[in-house]
Amino acid sequence: MTENTAPETNVSRRDFLKVAWAFFGGLAALEVGGIFLAYLQPRLAEGEFGAHLDIGLVDDYPPGTVTHISNGRFYLVRLPDGGFLAVYHRCTHLGCTVPWDPAIQKFVCPCHNSQFDDNGMVENPPAPRPLDLFPVTIENGAVRVDTGTILQRQTFDTAQVVYP
Amino acid sequence: MTETDPENQNPSLLRRIRARLVPDAHPADDRGRMRMVLDSLILHLHPPKVPDRTLKWTYTWGLGGLSAVLMLILGATGAILLNNYTPSAPQAYLDILELRSNVWFGELVRNLHHWSANLLVIIAVLHLLRVFLTGSYRAPRELNWLIGVGMLLLVLAANFTGYLLPWDQLAYWAITVGTGILSYIPLVGEWLSRLVLGGPEVGASTLLNFYSLHISFIPLLIFGLMSFHFWRVRKDGGLTLPRRIDETEEPRVERLTTIPHLVRKELVFALVWIAAILIFAMLVPAPLEDIANPGLSPNPAKAPWYFLGLQELLLHFHPLVAGIILPGLAMLGIFLLPFIDINTASVGIYFRSRRGRSLSLLALGLAILLTPLWVLLDEFILDWSAWLPSWPSLITNGLIPMTVVLLPLILIDDWAQKHLRADLEERILFLVIFLFTAFGILTAIGIFFRGPGMNLYWPWLMPEVVH
Ligand code: HEM
Ligand code: FES
Repeated sequence: MTENTAPETNVSRRDFLKVAWAFFGGLAALEVGGIFLAYLQPRLAEGEFGAHLDIGLVDDYPPGTVTHISNGRFYLVRLPDGGFLAVYHRCTHLGCTVPWDPAIQKFVCPCHNSQFDDNGMVENPPAPRPLDLFPVTIENGAVRVDTGTILQRQTFDTAQVVYP
Repeated sequence: MTETDPENQNPSLLRRIRARLVPDAHPADDRGRMRMVLDSLILHLHPPKVPDRTLKWTYTWGLGGLSAVLMLILGATGAILLNNYTPSAPQAYLDILELRSNVWFGELVRNLHHWSANLLVIIAVLHLLRVFLTGSYRAPRELNWLIGVGMLLLVLAANFTGYLLPWDQLAYWAITVGTGILSYIPLVGEWLSRLVLGGPEVGASTLLNFYSLHISFIPLLIFGLMSFHFWRVRKDGGLTLPRRIDETEEPRVERLTTIPHLVRKELVFALVWIAAILIFAMLVPAPLEDIANPGLSPNPAKAPWYFLGLQELLLHFHPLVAGIILPGLAMLGIFLLPFIDINTASVGIYFRSRRGRSLSLLALGLAILLTPLWVLLDEFILDWSAWLPSWPSLITNGLIPMTVVLLPLILIDDWAQKHLRADLEERILFLVIFLFTAFGILTAIGIFFRGPGMNLYWPWLMPEVVH
């Protein structure tokens, strides 16, 4: 061919191929990276922490009590007014397990001394937000907690409490 | 060579094999001897001749070589440990117990792995410091500095992932607290933390994730980068030449053959260290506490020791500042160093210049004085969030304390520039030594002075850990 019949453009064939290579190469790298990350994803086993737990009847938990359900990783709090909260026992600061201190009616973290009231509200930092919750459902007087769903919150609000 | 008469020329089978494996130890002629040296595998790694000055061990202190020796010990002991380890809870812990009591030399192998891993963190950091203090990362060696920083991060990752494997209380809570920092990264933090842990908290998936990273991905990358690192040392013209401070002209270079001058030194050095580590591992057992109990946090719960400087920062700053902004800036600074600090004239001189030496001493002294002072001040007196209760904690707990810390640093730097006439490389030297020492002291405070509830105690009055 003597005449250049291709339309005028700033992109030479070589540049085009370079860009195409970089694009598809990058895409392939992203895919491989994505697969790698996918392999790290949570793999929850049935019946383990992360499943729905049936923990008994409403009447097993008198108002004004805090019960540690250790295989579910939470405290079942029955507030004095009869409402239920399932409070994840993991400190929102760096993840230590917070014990309930019945003498002062507070959760006190042994790691950096964060303190929470029975609703899980922060009374003493460094914890940045209240203790997380798990959804509670009550059917025919039986209490069930979904430990697969963690509810983060910035403050306490009566809508979080479940009444029988 | 052409075909030879099979009758009288072919040696016996055994001799032929031997001739291939053990070449003639001493060829008769000079040429033969020269060939033997040049064909040696060692010269694949080292150049045939090296400047005599770089052989002085008070220049490099053998720190890079020691890091490599430690990696080899880790690879060897790690490979044996694998045969006795199941990455599932609670079997992992039981396996370590079994290893300690019922496996021949099991305890020794575990101790060797444990102490070498911890020593490697220290040695790799010192190696980085040596390279910095002699300005050896300047052109054309910038890339090798970056490779080195990459390896240091991988070594930390290897240590951190390995820390969880024994599945005892120490492991469980150190990893819980250590990964807890991740969730403070804006936007992606929660997702990242879940990804690394393989769930909402440290559990079976975390152990498996850490195990697979620890035994495949991370060591493979480290060994790969190591080859790259060594190759670059050769490509960049060998080590930088050590020079005395008053040496103005180019030093005269005397070259010695690598074999035996360098290789003999390396061997002796490696053997002495291996012996020392072996003795240490026989005498001091690696810690192992009770089996991990997710329901019971020990008090205090500390991250692994090399992260305690970071954890100390977390006690003083908002997590976004302590966990993300400050470490991010530090990493960025470390990566950029060889591209900012570029005066090739002082390469090979410890501390750059006479003024550089005085400034280094000053930086060291100031950091030793000011860091504990600041920790005490912030712990007992400064309480911005109580003084400004309606302000968001990112400001009272983050930006204000950050300013309190950075402002004096800027003032000191300004003073050094104006009154001491420090030039760019000397100011960088001052800042890096100051920050490095400060971080070291924070780490020491985290290791030795923090007790239950993360309160400050004198090490000799430290209460027992409460389980
Ligand atoms: C890259 C350098 C490496 C570092 C910094 C490192 C670090 C560590 C650390 C700190 C531990 C915890 C040991 C303890 O507390 O007892 C550990 C355990 C372990 N490592 Fe490594 N390691 C490295 C390489 C390897 C390699 C190459 C392998 C095997 C291919 C390996 C296999 C293991 C195994 C099986 C354990 C569990 C045994 C135990 O906990 O005692 N490691 N490692
Ligand atoms: S983990 Fe609870 S206060 Fe730090």
